[in-house]
Amino acid sequence: MGAVVNPRLLRALLPAFSLAVLLAAIFWLQPRTMTYFGLNLLLNLAIPIVLATIAQMFIICVNDLDLSIGSYVSLTACIAATWLNDEPVVGVAALALCVLVYAGLGALIHIRQLPSIVVTLGMSFVWLGVAILVLPTPGGEAPEWLRGLMTWKPEFVPFPIIASVVIAVVVHVGLMWSPYGAVLRGVGGNARAVERAGWSLLKAKVIMYALAGIAGAFAGMALVGLTTSADANIALRYTLLSIAGVILGGGEFVGGRVSPVGAVIGAMTLTLAASFLSFLQLNPDWQIGAQGAILIIVLALRVLINRAEGRR
Amino acid sequence: MSVRAIVAKPWVWSYVAAFAVWLATIAFTGGQGAGGVLTAALTFGTFFALVAIGQMFVITLGPGNVDLSIPATMTLAGTIAMKAMAESDAMIPVGLGLALLTGLCVGILNFGLILLLRIPPIIATLSSSFIVQSTAIWWNRGLRIKPPPALGDFATTNVMGVPVLAVLVIIIAAVMHVVLARTVFGRSVTAIGQNQRAAWLAGVKVERIRFLTYVLCALFSSLCGFLLASFSGGAALNMGQEYLLTSIAVVVIGGTSVAGGFGNVPGLWGASLFLFLLVTMLNTYGLGAGPRLILTGAIIILVIVAASYRRQRE
Amino acid sequence: MSAAAAALARLDGVEKEFGAVRALAGVDLTIAAGECVGLVGHNGAGKSTLMNVLAGTLAPDRGTIIIAGTDLSSRYSVVAAHAAGVRCVFQELSLCPNLTVAENARIMHPHLTGLKWRARAGQLITEALDRIFPGHGIPPGAVVGDLPIVQRQMVEIARAFTETDVPARLVILDEPTSSLDALVAGQLLAFVRDFAARGGSTVLISHLLGEILSTASRIVVMRDGKVVAARPAAEFDRVSLVAAMGHVTNQMAGTAATTTARRGEVPRVRARPRPGETIALTAHQGEIVGLAGLSGQGQTRMLLRVFSREDAEVSGSVALVAGDRQTDGVFPLWSIAKNITIGSLKRMLKRGLIDAEAESELAEAWRRRLSIQTPDMRNPILSLSGGNQQKALFARALGSDAEIILMDDPMRGVDVGTKREVYDIIREEAARGRTFLWYTTEFDELMHCDHVYVFREGQIVADLPRDQVTEERVLHASFRADD
Repeated sequence: MGAVVNPRLLRALLPAFSLAVLLAAIFWLQPRTMTYFGLNLLLNLAIPIVLATIAQMFIICVNDLDLSIGSYVSLTACIAATWLNDEPVVGVAALALCVLVYAGLGALIHIRQLPSIVVTLGMSFVWLGVAILVLPTPGGEAPEWLRGLMTWKPEFVPFPIIASVVIAVVVHVGLMWSPYGAVLRGVGGNARAVERAGWSLLKAKVIMYALAGIAGAFAGMALVGLTTSADANIALRYTLLSIAGVILGGGEFVGGRVSPVGAVIGAMTLTLAASFLSFLQLNPDWQIGAQGAILIIVLALRVLINRAEGRR
Repeated sequence: MSVRAIVAKPWVWSYVAAFAVWLATIAFTGGQGAGGVLTAALTFGTFFALVAIGQMFVITLGPGNVDLSIPATMTLAGTIAMKAMAESDAMIPVGLGLALLTGLCVGILNFGLILLLRIPPIIATLSSSFIVQSTAIWWNRGLRIKPPPALGDFATTNVMGVPVLAVLVIIIAAVMHVVLARTVFGRSVTAIGQNQRAAWLAGVKVERIRFLTYVLCALFSSLCGFLLASFSGGAALNMGQEYLLTSIAVVVIGGTSVAGGFGNVPGLWGASLFLFLLVTMLNTYGLGAGPRLILTGAIIILVIVAASYRRQRE
Repeated sequence: MSAAAAALARLDGVEKEFGAVRALAGVDLTIAAGECVGLVGHNGAGKSTLMNVLAGTLAPDRGTIIIAGTDLSSRYSVVAAHAAGVRCVFQELSLCPNLTVAENARIMHPHLTGLKWRARAGQLITEALDRIFPGHGIPPGAVVGDLPIVQRQMVEIARAFTETDVPARLVILDEPTSSLDALVAGQLLAFVRDFAARGGSTVLISHLLGEILSTASRIVVMRDGKVVAARPAAEFDRVSLVAAMGHVTNQMAGTAATTTARRGEVPRVRARPRPGETIALTAHQGEIVGLAGLSGQGQTRMLLRVFSREDAEVSGSVALVAGDRQTDGVFPLWSIAKNITIGSLKRMLKRGLIDAEAESELAEAWRRRLSIQTPDMRNPILSLSGGNQQKALFARALGSDAEIILMDDPMRGVDVGTKREVYDIIREEAARGRTFLWYTTEFDELMHCDHVYVFREGQIVADLPRDQVTEERVLHASFRADD
């Protein structure tokens, strides 16, 4: 393969290719999904996962890892289903405070040179604890406008697709096109070189963590808009899903090599994987396992492509 | 060993904290149930400590090394063993053997992924945990099979307020302490954790040691799954859930360096008791899960920040 | 024009110490506008340290830094250097591999913003590349990590010459041609001459003396942290330049007498030449074999080849003494004793457990033998001075049962007293039949070797038996002859 196809291109196309194959398989198994409503149903739950994956991507871009994003999304979902509904001002203030805490974590991790895995692990307990205080028993109610937005049925193109494209474009413009975005990614690639050129690493890290906090807050709001109510454990599995989504989307753990478009595609692939398996009428017991298998297969494919590249 | 040398040991603090929390609890109840609380702490601490031993060895291998497949391994091992034993006492050795075999397989799978896909251990163990968890769900089929009576009795027996399982795991911990401090394997693990390249250049067989460490961790997880299922009257699909974060928390609070290269076993027991007693204390004071979780998280972060200052002083 | 008036950069009495080592022992250096200064010197002469000071990445202990007539000594930094138009192309690549060529240019220029920044950055770097390397064929949108190393180096060099708000006044080129082919290197040198003609200044460091002689207008020679000669390039030729770099005293007298003929038996180590290489490296029992040349010319890679037995026939067990203590040697959380015994654990097992007594015996024995300065071997290794830490690493290798000892420039930053003690022990151990492969960047140490291989650009370029080892020969082989 190496001589004809450019491995770099191949690697960049791998996420989109995986998604296309999965989608084609679903259409083939269950032609009814090829309609407007079918797609809407299929992809509805993708939006919060996409946002959580984007949050994780910001952290991975600066060579850290966030093990708290799942419980953080749970908390913001709980806030959205309670305060944001009852007292919008308090709700917005609470969400803003959450983002500030995220930014502060970025500063703490950078200044004390702490391992992000352990700090965010600790924070995952904290977020979950606060979520339980905010909403002790499952319930709450999504604000009307949020519910309206998430169940909006625009003509021709289902909302989840529009939302995903908008998210991908906005983050792509901010991180990949903007002049400061290049500096932020440079921190992941070669922090020393960026610092030597006179940029503040602390500022970069704080900004990335704050962005993750914002994306995570949106994820929680989107989730509540879909489910109409929340509970403290609602999004715990997002931590693992978001990491998997970034990796599926072509991101790498170190070196600042991430792709917002890829992350969105990765998150959608994971969402669809679950539906695919149910259409396959495979034993539902294997759903999680199949997600793991897909992750392993994609990573293995990437190793093969990298080998081909190394040989050139 | 002088008093100062003992105080300088980072693991001492986990016992001090555990003791303080216990005092605060029985102060509230006026001394009532002081012994009962300790028995319960020993019982539940046993399971925390058991998985934490394996996790501690993995974390000591250095930055990026952590095993996220512990809960799935526990569940699968417990499930397979309970089903194989089918409530028959005669099958207990077979069940134990199968549980450990499960751990062995998961350990090999984990390290195989790390080595072949060249991916960070956190992702390798995460991916494999998905598969392991699914296998457990599929194998279990929603049934809850009771452990054989003799095993169930063994797992729940207390002798003068001390659970037999706790004694067993204290012995295991003592053995693993010696393994860490006095064997070539333990020395190699700490060497790799401090500086993998230097360890390689000093002649340590790096990949072989890492392989053994991941297998060891999976073996402890499977043993814990086996014992926990026996203790709690059967394997449940979510039985491992809280052990993922707790295993890491116990290692960190127990004074093991998250940056790798320095591990210790005694602190694991201290931290396990502390975490359980903290829950008990907060329950006694009428506080719910929320404050308990917030406090746990805050303590983890405080410990790691404090450790970073100690590192700076050195 | 007088030199003082046109001085773009002036360093006065700059000193820098790393522990016991005096890297810069009072250096005065003036660089005029429109001048290309060639900076030469053997390993450890202080070239790179001096350039790091000039680029603002390293603060000197003493001395003044005056740039364009302003005394910046107290507040000199990378940012200040950039603001004054001083740029540096470092030996290690300082590009972000995950960014494109244009984005890397952007990192250098904080004011490069606005809607069309990407196009402007691309234009900026492409213009610089076009000027320096006509026909380079590097698209500004290419991701740096995907480019071959030659092109990365070209981008890095071109980036130093890009200008937005501040013009590039002084560009430091530290071994810029090391990964360029002859054609591209020629383009660069022509550009440097042209840049000087237009009033720009450069400092050029290179191990290719031909490059220096043909490009520099003035040559500064450093030795032992001092400037020992600074004259117009026209007054030097290859021979006089090599002579200026070497020591005045010739230590060859007296040592050449004890030539040992290579023993006829099968060698203990034989590194087969790889494709494109011509000379095989061999080492026999009881031999001390030196690996010479400028630093980073493939000597360490050769040691690692022997260590991991790739393309090398090695009979006997191997131990390595690291030179870079922090990254390759020391286990910082351990005691001195544990740092030593890690190389010999298998020998100290008693019923499967490490015998604490045997451990402390071994550590004690080597404390005495190498006179490691510590009251207690159970103290942490980091409580020792650098030289004593190095002794502990020697003890680790020598205390093991390895028959072949690899030494990766282990005497870097070690005081003279320690060195002498260790030299004696190496000779004793060789006499007992151990084989040493000794990479060293210090010429004096080659005098202890029975055989010397000189490395250049990853290959062995000279194979010198003991009686042929002279400083001049080693220097000549280290610097490429062709121009």
